[in-house]
Amino acid sequence: MRRAALIFVPYFWLLALFLVPFLIVLKISLSDTALAIPPYTPTLDLGNGWQGIKDFWAELDLENFEFLTSDDLYWKAYLSSLKIAVISTILTLLVGYPIAYGMANAPDHWRPTLMMLVILPFWTSFLIRVYSWMGILSSEGYLNQLLMGLGLISAPLTILNTNSAVYIGIVYTYLPFMILPIYSALERLDASLLEAAEDLGCSRFTAFWLVTVPLSKNGIIAGCFLVFIPALGEFVIPSLLGGSQTLMIGKVLWEEFFNNRDWPVASAVAVILLLILIIPIILFQRNEQKQREMDG
Amino acid sequence: MRRLTWFNTTALTLGFAFLYLPMLILIIYSFNESKLVTVWAGFSTKWYGELLQNEAFLSAAWVTLKVAVISSTFATVLGTMGALVLVRGGRFMGRTLFSGMIYAPLVMPEVITGLSLLLLFIGIGLDRGVFTIVLAHTTFSMCYVSVVVSSRLVSFDRSLEEAALDLGCSPMQAFRLVTLPIIAPAVISGWLLAFTLSLDDLVIASFTAGPSATTLPMKIWSSVRLGVSPEINALSTIMIGIVAIGVISASLVTKRASLRQQAEERAAVQA
Repeated sequence: MRRAALIFVPYFWLLALFLVPFLIVLKISLSDTALAIPPYTPTLDLGNGWQGIKDFWAELDLENFEFLTSDDLYWKAYLSSLKIAVISTILTLLVGYPIAYGMANAPDHWRPTLMMLVILPFWTSFLIRVYSWMGILSSEGYLNQLLMGLGLISAPLTILNTNSAVYIGIVYTYLPFMILPIYSALERLDASLLEAAEDLGCSRFTAFWLVTVPLSKNGIIAGCFLVFIPALGEFVIPSLLGGSQTLMIGKVLWEEFFNNRDWPVASAVAVILLLILIIPIILFQRNEQKQREMDG
Repeated sequence: MRRLTWFNTTALTLGFAFLYLPMLILIIYSFNESKLVTVWAGFSTKWYGELLQNEAFLSAAWVTLKVAVISSTFATVLGTMGALVLVRGGRFMGRTLFSGMIYAPLVMPEVITGLSLLLLFIGIGLDRGVFTIVLAHTTFSMCYVSVVVSSRLVSFDRSLEEAALDLGCSPMQAFRLVTLPIIAPAVISGWLLAFTLSLDDLVIASFTAGPSATTLPMKIWSSVRLGVSPEINALSTIMIGIVAIGVISASLVTKRASLRQQAEERAAVQA
């Protein structure tokens, strides 16, 4: 009895506030836009009994999804989100790996402090961390002042409101997610393996490439997914740092909903974004499970 | 054969400079006299004064704090229950669905979570405001709490609980007197995580808030869209300061606790 109650409460909560809302999105994505409140048809009318449910089903169609494929904006936004997410994941890996590697080689008594320094930004407001780059990257910003002061450039660079600023923003905000899994993989690495490789005639670099990198593979994979998945649906970074030509699907969804008030199309955009995300999410889960089995 | 080469040192120095310089610049320029944020015109704390006079910011901060305290408390209770179900629930109908619903919100893009909750609230005719933000925040934070608490529960030695039951505790007493104290650190960090997630959230709050409630991130958002402002720099500095003090003192407390535990264990071995 007590067990049933324990299961029921969180189960019911998640059904009501996670699963049902999502089914509503799915349903509205199959509806038509209408000038009404709420702004779509059909609405389910249970008062008419079975006939009402049948009429309701009959009016659902894939029109919005056809609309998404016919309008250039949407598939370009999906492709450009994918491109931005892939490039920034690679950049985050290139920046994060050396830091994780340095942390793993640091003396034992430094490590708790280094860990704290990596985690600390994660607790500070995401919005503020993105905002802090606006002052740095703008055309009269600190970076341009510095570069012009050093005489490296004669005219200010345009970085804010371009895709480069979006890359910088994603690398900056998601860096801890890349560093932590790689660091935990490197920390467990048995240093005698490297000695063995060097004794057997490997150079330090070859030993790194043939021993360290493959043994930290799971950390690299986990880190890449942890950056790629949220970056794909990112809204705040492209809106603050990107320009009018930066197309990302999270931003399109937001504008479709709040500016155009087209709920059915916004819902269809959400459904497709989720379908795209399911593949990396399943791959990520599988990687985590493999990792757990290896540990256990 | 761990050694800190010049390469490691450079990577660490550049890496941490990259992580901290933007925030440091923000903090320094929050004390700038000039209205032009990128031009230094002397030290001043006037923007902090103006911030404290700004009714809109203060009331948004109050709303945010209320939402964060209430939602993280609910999320901790529900999330701990969820973790107990995940780790010890055994087999029951829809178990796979349940664990799916616990893990899915962690990777769900915020725009989708926000949109779907908003459509639900409109569908059932619930007036949007502080209450709906609390519902939304509780839902996504409880999943984080579940993950944190269940990782502690997995390593929990159940024979301790069985011993309590053998010694005459009721199951509820055994939970309160044995299980809860042991998983308490995970429950507390779950609460802190839920609290910060709620303080930080812009996207889900914007969808679920409606016209009657404004949270601090929403207020910051509408102001930074127009560009960098010295008042926002001052506000950011205060928020960064609070977090830094919190995280550093929490890590000092855990460090001291683990040192004490080590000392006790050593004393026990010698005795």
